[in-house]
Amino acid sequence: MAATQEEIVSGLAEIVNEIAGIPAEDVKLEKSFTDDLDVDSLSMVEVVVAAEEKFGVKIPDDDVKNLKTVGDATDYILKNQD
Amino acid sequence: MNATKTSVVVTGIGATTPLGGDSASTWEGLVAGRSGVARLQEEWAADLPVQIAARAAVEPGESIPRPQARRLDRSAQFALIAARQAWADAGFTARAGEETSVDPDRLGAVVASGIGGVTTLLDQYDVLREKGVRRVSPHTVPMLMPNGPSANVGLEVNARAGVHTPVSACASGSEAVGYAIEMIRSGRADIVVAGGTEAAIHPLPVAAFANMMAMSKSNDDPQGASRPFDTDRNGFVLGEGAGVIVLESAEHARRRGARVYVEAVGQGISADSHDIVQPEPSGNGIAHALENLISRNDIDPAEIVHINAHATSTPAGDLAELKALRKVFGDDMDHMGISATKSMTGHLLGGAGGVETVATLLALHHRTAPPTINIKNLDPEADGDIVRDTARELPDSGRIAALNNSFGFGGHNVVLAFRTV
Repeated sequence: MAATQEEIVSGLAEIVNEIAGIPAEDVKLEKSFTDDLDVDSLSMVEVVVAAEEKFGVKIPDDDVKNLKTVGDATDYILKNQD
Repeated sequence: MNATKTSVVVTGIGATTPLGGDSASTWEGLVAGRSGVARLQEEWAADLPVQIAARAAVEPGESIPRPQARRLDRSAQFALIAARQAWADAGFTARAGEETSVDPDRLGAVVASGIGGVTTLLDQYDVLREKGVRRVSPHTVPMLMPNGPSANVGLEVNARAGVHTPVSACASGSEAVGYAIEMIRSGRADIVVAGGTEAAIHPLPVAAFANMMAMSKSNDDPQGASRPFDTDRNGFVLGEGAGVIVLESAEHARRRGARVYVEAVGQGISADSHDIVQPEPSGNGIAHALENLISRNDIDPAEIVHINAHATSTPAGDLAELKALRKVFGDDMDHMGISATKSMTGHLLGGAGGVETVATLLALHHRTAPPTINIKNLDPEADGDIVRDTARELPDSGRIAALNNSFGFGGHNVVLAFRTV
């Protein structure tokens, strides 16, 4: 069953908390991974791989550069999940 | 001897070792003659011929937050912890540049490891095979590269004069300290954070060292297994941790009013060119390093009262070292109290030179030589004044000097000299 937007944000928050140590409640749609959430380019790869597993999506490397904010990632997952 | 050379002093000390999470607790353990060796509790150890090791007394995760720790190999974690302690001990409260008394362009870092991020490499290979390509951590390369600990320490203090990683197996940590002394002497830097680190307690390195017949298999007597100079010594015990110090030109230290522990007199280096792993049995290679130390630095054998021996508890190595000391120092060797602190810490490989530099500095600072424990029957061929069983006071006044010896597979010989100021 496909995840809702709320479930995706909360899942991403868990991932970002695990990887970057940012409190889950600070992970919101408008937040930029790099500028607001201490996720650098290497850690972004970890976020993407964890998100792929959690939500059963495939996020090709070429698309990762377009995922600037939590909202970008959430929309991408909403559109592409099974 | 060259009187125009810049004098170098030690102004900060840090360590995390099998005896304690900092240099003070490590020193307490050394003076008390405490062993840091224990039976390995990990499941994998049950299948190995060697089931003992000297784990760090304090897990690095206790002082490094998880998001940072997960992108640092364990060896880099130890290095960072020891470096932070040394930096604070030298009186600094911020990075160079933010700390106005240190110019980042004049600050270097030289932290060595013998093996590098070996646990990261092997763990990620397990991930590759068990979970697939996609799951291999993007942090793998900066975690496994041997210069990772040095680079991370450099980033921590903002070192821009140069960040280096000499690799010479079990001599690496001492070679790093020697390199740092030379950086300051040659005018490349005013201050250098230097030392050694290692974290190789993993089934592959343990199996490999065990199959070389290099390690003690005294699994039933962990605390008594590392016994340098004992007749029944049967190999080294693997340890982990780091020792890092802050070296500084005497002039720079004086200008900022720093507390000075000791003078770092200099280094003597040589190579055996004898065998890839066996020490040259007559000690000639080591003797050459000692001769270089004496001839190239302002130090008099008469003032040397203590030696932190490399002495790993292997049958051949321990004696070659003593032969070399006698050959070079003659009767002067009789006033040098020789301590093998690996009897307590185990052998930290590339970390050994760092931790034993710390032990040597503190021995001078406290004017006390730590003991060599576990000598039940002194090898009759062990020539020299071995400090046995309990710590010994060194002369309580006057200028005294001490050496730290480190040798590595590959035939690398490094000898460092320190002296009270």
